[in-house]
Amino acid sequence: MAFVLWAVATILFLIFRLMPGNPLAAYIDPTFTEEQQAALIARFGLDKSLFEQYLLYLWNLMQGQLGDSFFYRQPVGSLILQVLPNTLVLALGSLIVAYIIGVIAGAYLAWKRGTWIEGLGIPVVLTTRAAPEFWVGMVLLAVFSFSFGWFPAGGASSPGAEFDGYLDLYLSWDFLSHLFLPALTLAIYFHGLPLLLMRSNMLDVMNEDFVTMARIKGLSEFSVVVRHGARNALLPVMTSFAFAVGYQMQGSVVVETVFSWPGLGRMLVGAVSAGDYALAQGAFLLIAAVVVVMNLVADLLYGVLDPRVSHA
Amino acid sequence: MPDASVAGARPGLGAGRRPSAVGRAFRALKIPVGDPFAVIGLVIYAVFVLVAIFADQLATHDPLEILFTEDYQLAADQPAFGEFVLGTTNLGRDIYSQMIYGTRSALIVGLAAAAAVVVVGTLVGLFAGYMGGWVDRVLMRLADIAFGIPFLPFVIVLAAFLEPSIWNVVLAMALILWRDTGRVVRSQVLTLRSRAYVEAARVSGSGSLKIVFRHIAPNVLPLSLLYGSISIGWAILTEASISFLGFGDANAVSWGYMLQDAYASQALSRGAYHWFLPPGLCIVLVVVAGFFISRGYEEVLFPRLRS
Repeated sequence: MAFVLWAVATILFLIFRLMPGNPLAAYIDPTFTEEQQAALIARFGLDKSLFEQYLLYLWNLMQGQLGDSFFYRQPVGSLILQVLPNTLVLALGSLIVAYIIGVIAGAYLAWKRGTWIEGLGIPVVLTTRAAPEFWVGMVLLAVFSFSFGWFPAGGASSPGAEFDGYLDLYLSWDFLSHLFLPALTLAIYFHGLPLLLMRSNMLDVMNEDFVTMARIKGLSEFSVVVRHGARNALLPVMTSFAFAVGYQMQGSVVVETVFSWPGLGRMLVGAVSAGDYALAQGAFLLIAAVVVVMNLVADLLYGVLDPRVSHA
Repeated sequence: MPDASVAGARPGLGAGRRPSAVGRAFRALKIPVGDPFAVIGLVIYAVFVLVAIFADQLATHDPLEILFTEDYQLAADQPAFGEFVLGTTNLGRDIYSQMIYGTRSALIVGLAAAAAVVVVGTLVGLFAGYMGGWVDRVLMRLADIAFGIPFLPFVIVLAAFLEPSIWNVVLAMALILWRDTGRVVRSQVLTLRSRAYVEAARVSGSGSLKIVFRHIAPNVLPLSLLYGSISIGWAILTEASISFLGFGDANAVSWGYMLQDAYASQALSRGAYHWFLPPGLCIVLVVVAGFFISRGYEEVLFPRLRS
């Protein structure tokens, strides 16, 4: 895992340093004198050799030092940590909804195997997976926010609203009404994964001997499907949750932009557009770190829940 | 893993007229007529391919031309089904024509990216699986790294540094998304290389390259093409997202560009559904067609899935 993170950090360093263009272009005003420019270049360490810069970059990274944002003139670390909770609340909230709906609907579709409900359900689910998240967000925004006026059009809280601490903010009606549409957008996109997984696991499990045994014992259909079938089909779906968190961090980039949600993805997009390299680099690395950690968690969970998978 | 023998070559097919390796792979990919999903998917694809080919004939206007009505007024914000099929944008551009030309860029990006993913992923999987040893270790480490890179943020950063172009998406997919195809092909090759017919080829003195490309590759090709058909949709979705975020080519009319234009021009608050619904629906149709086709072939490739 450390190797992958190091490799990602190195690739990022190379992209940002080897590309044409002066990384300080956004920072240096044309009115600056030669001396001022040289002083700035020295201050950011850009007068050193590429290899020295690289070592310095790794050294700073290991100490959690991500540099200063050119645009906000603040340390990158504190900027991205400020918006991280917003992204996590959006990603986790929508994922939990998506998994609850997906698991129940997946089990139901497996139970209805071969009926018209399945014939209709599968194409509908595939369609939700094919729809671009930002477009779903745009349609929801146009219908529920602009046409009906039920929800605010963007942001995470109304201007001027004040809260005592995170808990107060996250439980406030104002925040939740802002959260609803972006979370719904992500949930619509993401419920297909647990749904299809749950369905195919259910189909496998329902053919197992212990399910037949439960039927022979004369248990009710509900008991057979839920207590014996669904419980066993659920395990692999849960391991996919960790993987989904990492994935959701990437997907939130577009949805956060549509809904002007003040999160990590929107910050990354804004930083790249503004040429704010330090901030873009920091936001990218944080997203990558979440992805790598969650991939690892998914792997480990998989091994714990299914001992047949060995880790050599 | 699924039984590989279904995937292509049937050894001992008759020594007289032996079809070529590629021919055998394509035979396994014959249209699954029995599967309504796959047929619907193929029909949708056929329609979009025809639209892309005949875009010049189908479009009513230049997609970026600013249009005027008969009384020399700027034809801005025209409603649908009037003088203009789908109305016009706030700058007086024809939405229907943009949608038609958007098909072309979507298919170009989709097919090019899918080809790149299939070629890179299949080669990596073939060599990692057949060679084993350090080749395998190095290639699978690279796949680990590719899995650790958040894809969309990577494309954003890449697109921001390179010239804005639809090829950025293709490049990014070739650099990152080969990982899934590569891993699946590798595990397929691992089961294939210990097969008797591969053993026989080795004993009869065939070189490694010949065994890999002549005896193993045709059997994994259907699997890589399956992943390729999903990649087409991925590429189109990614291109749309990148254009929407403003990192696309401003001169190439694509569905993502149309959506970005609509979003930035307040089409949402003005309720201009005729503007932002059509390009989104086109994306949904193309991508879902890819899903339907791959689902149909999945049942051809893995008959265990059939009920």
